[in-house]
Amino acid sequence: MAEDVPARSTVTTQEQAIEEEQKEREMERSFRAAPTLNKSPLHGLWALTNRDLVKWYKNPIQLIISLVQPVVWLGLFGLAFNIGKIFTSLPGVTPAEASVLNLGTFGTSSYFSYLAAGMLAFIILFTAAFSGMSVVWDRRFGFMNKALSTPVGRGAIVVAKISQSTVRSLIQAAIVLVIAVVLGSVGGVQMDTSYFSVLTIGGSFVLLFLMSFGLSSLFVMLALRSSDWQTQMAIINLLNLPLLFASNAMLPVAMMPSWLQSVVKYNPVSYAVDGVRQMLLGSGSASAAAAGYHVLAPLWVDFSVLAGFAAVLSALGIVLSWRLLSN
Amino acid sequence: MSQRPLVRVEGLSKNFGALKAVDGVSFEIKEGEVFGFLGPNGAGKTTTISMLTTLLKPSGGQAEIAGLDIHRHPNEVRRVVGVVPQEYTADEDLTGLQNIVLCADLYGIPRSNSKPHAMELLKLVELQDAANRKVSTYSGGMRRRLELASGLINYPKLLFLDEPTLGLDVQTRTAVWSYIKMLKEEYKMTLFLTTHYLEEADSLCDRIAIVDHGRIVKIGSPDELKASIGGDVLVVGVAEAEPDISEDIKKIPLVREVKKNGHEYRIKSEAGEESSIKVIDLIRSKGLHVTKISLTKPTLDEAYLEFTGRSIREEESNKMDAFKQRVTMMRARR
Ligand SMILES: Nc1ncnc2c1ncn2[C@@H]1O[C@H](COP(=O)(O)OP(=O)(O)OP(=O)(O)O)[C@@H](O)[C@H]1O
Ligand SMILES: [Mg+2]
Repeated sequence: MAEDVPARSTVTTQEQAIEEEQKEREMERSFRAAPTLNKSPLHGLWALTNRDLVKWYKNPIQLIISLVQPVVWLGLFGLAFNIGKIFTSLPGVTPAEASVLNLGTFGTSSYFSYLAAGMLAFIILFTAAFSGMSVVWDRRFGFMNKALSTPVGRGAIVVAKISQSTVRSLIQAAIVLVIAVVLGSVGGVQMDTSYFSVLTIGGSFVLLFLMSFGLSSLFVMLALRSSDWQTQMAIINLLNLPLLFASNAMLPVAMMPSWLQSVVKYNPVSYAVDGVRQMLLGSGSASAAAAGYHVLAPLWVDFSVLAGFAAVLSALGIVLSWRLLSN
Repeated sequence: MSQRPLVRVEGLSKNFGALKAVDGVSFEIKEGEVFGFLGPNGAGKTTTISMLTTLLKPSGGQAEIAGLDIHRHPNEVRRVVGVVPQEYTADEDLTGLQNIVLCADLYGIPRSNSKPHAMELLKLVELQDAANRKVSTYSGGMRRRLELASGLINYPKLLFLDEPTLGLDVQTRTAVWSYIKMLKEEYKMTLFLTTHYLEEADSLCDRIAIVDHGRIVKIGSPDELKASIGGDVLVVGVAEAEPDISEDIKKIPLVREVKKNGHEYRIKSEAGEESSIKVIDLIRSKGLHVTKISLTKPTLDEAYLEFTGRSIREEESNKMDAFKQRVTMMRARR
C-alpha cells in the first residue's frame, strides 16, 4: 500500500505535466483575453501628449536652441544697447530723474526688465508657432494615419498637440525668466524683482498659458490638412513676425507710429505682455502711472481678452478637427 | 452560427478628381478566410483598405465589417479591425515596445493588459530582444514585423495587411509568411491582404480578387483562377513561317485554341502532354521542322496575364530596373 502511493503520485505528476504543457501551448495560441476598453472621448489624450513631451525632453538640443534667441535679445538689446541708458546719460539729469523717466517710459526700473517680460511672450509665441510643425511631421511619417485608424477621438489628437506645445512653452518661459534674473545681475542691470510673489508669478503664467493655448490652437489648426513643411514654414513666418513686432513685447507702444499703435490693440500678444508687466513688474502701479506710463488695458481686461482668445481658437480647432482630419 | 460574412462590400468607389482610383468593387470575406487583393501599382489596393479602415471617405458604395457600417459606425469599425499599413508608421524616437503600448493607449486598452500583451506580440514576431531599442535602430524587416505586431494589439477580428512583404529580403519574407499562416491556422484570424507578388497570393490566400484600374476583374480561389484560363499552354516553334497550319492543329482532340505569332504557335490544350506529341507529328507530316517546344502548366501569372492583359512580372522588372537606375545615378553623383 505504502509503496503504491509514490508510484501513483508519479503518474499524476506526469499527467499533470502533460496537461500543463498542453495548457501552455494553448496559451501560446490564443492571446490573453481582450480587456474592457476605455471609451471616453478623451482617452489617449495623455498618451499622445506624453509622446511629444518625451521626445522633447529626450532631445535637449531642441530646448537649448529655442532658448538662444530670447537670451540673445536680452543680452543684446536689454544689456548692450540698453535704451534706458539714454536717460541716465542725458546731460544734467540726476539719477533720481532718470529713474522717473525710466518708470514713465517702461513702467519699471529698466528697459531690461521691460524686455524680459516681452521675452516670455516671445518664447511662447515661437514655441506655439512650431506646434503646427509637429502635426506636419506626424502626417509625413505616417503616425497621423496610424492614430486616425484607431478609435482615439479626433478632438483628442488636436488637444494633445495643443497641450504638448503649451506645456513646453510654459517650461521654456520659466527658464527664460530665471535666465533674465541671472543675466541682469551678472550684466549689472538688475531685473526688477520687487513685485515678484507667488501670486504675481502664478498670475503671469496663467496669462501666458492662455496665450499659448490660443496660439497653439491657431497654428495646429492651420497645419491639420498639410503634409508639406515648406508651406507650414511660410505660415509661421507670415504670422510670427507681425504678431511679435506689432505688439508691445519689444518696444513701448508710446514710441510707435499711431497706425501701429492701433494694430497693437488688436494683437492678443500685447494683452498677455501688458498683463505680465502689470503683475511681475508693477507697471500698473500708481507710481508708474504718476510717472506717465500707460498700461494697455486694466488687468481684468487683459485676462478677459486672453481667455476669450484661447476659448474661441481651441473650440474652433476641436470642431474643425472632425472635418479636417478625415479626407 | 450565422452564415453572415465578416466583411461585405458593395459597389465601393473612390474618385480623386477625375481619377477613379476604386471603381465599384464588391466582395465578401468569410470568417477565418484569407482574402487577397492582387494587382499592379496604382490598382487601388491601398485606397480600398483606407476606405475599409475609415481613413478615407468613400465616394460611393456600402461596406460592412462584423455587421458594422463603415459610414455610420466608424469608431466601432476601428475597434474590430487591425491595420498593417504599406508604409512604416512607427515613431522612430520611441522603442518598439513604447510604440505598441502607445498604440494600445489609443485604443483605450488599459496598461495592465497592453504591456504584457505587447511583449507577447513582440515575441510572436521575434522582436523580444529589440523591444527596448529605439525604432530608428531597426532594419526594414524589423520595422515591418513591428508594424505587424502593433496591428494586432487591439485583438482585431479582421487584420488588414497592405503589401506585408514589400521590399523584404527572401528570408524575412518567408518569416512574415509564416507569421501570417500562423495567424490564420492557430489564431483563426480573418485576413485581408494586398500584394503584387503572385507567389504570395498563391501560397497565402484562400481567395483572390485580381484588381486592375480600380476594378475587380476576377475573383476566386487560386486553383479556380488557374483553371479558368483553360488548360495547359504549349508553345511550338517552327522553322518555316509559312504555311499557316493553325486550322489543322485546332482539329487535334483536346486542343482549345491556337494562335500563330511569326514562327511560333501558342496552343491551349486540356492535356498538354498528349497534344504535344500529336502536334509534332502533324508538323512533321506537313514537311515542316520543329525548332523548339515548351509546355507550361497554368500559373497564377498566366491567369493574371489573361485577366489584366499584362504580365505582373514585366511591370515588376521594369520597376526594379527603374529603381536600380536611380540608385546607380545617386551613387554616380557622389
Ligand atoms: N490622396 C490621393 N490623391 C490623388 N490620387 C490618389 C490619392 N491616393 C491615391 N491616388 C491614386 O489612386 C490610384 C490608386 O492608388 P493606390 O495607392 O490605391 O494603389 P495601390 O494599388 O495601393 O498601388 P501600390 O501597389 O503602388 O501600393 C493611383 O493612381 C494613385 O495615384
Ligand atoms: Mg498600395
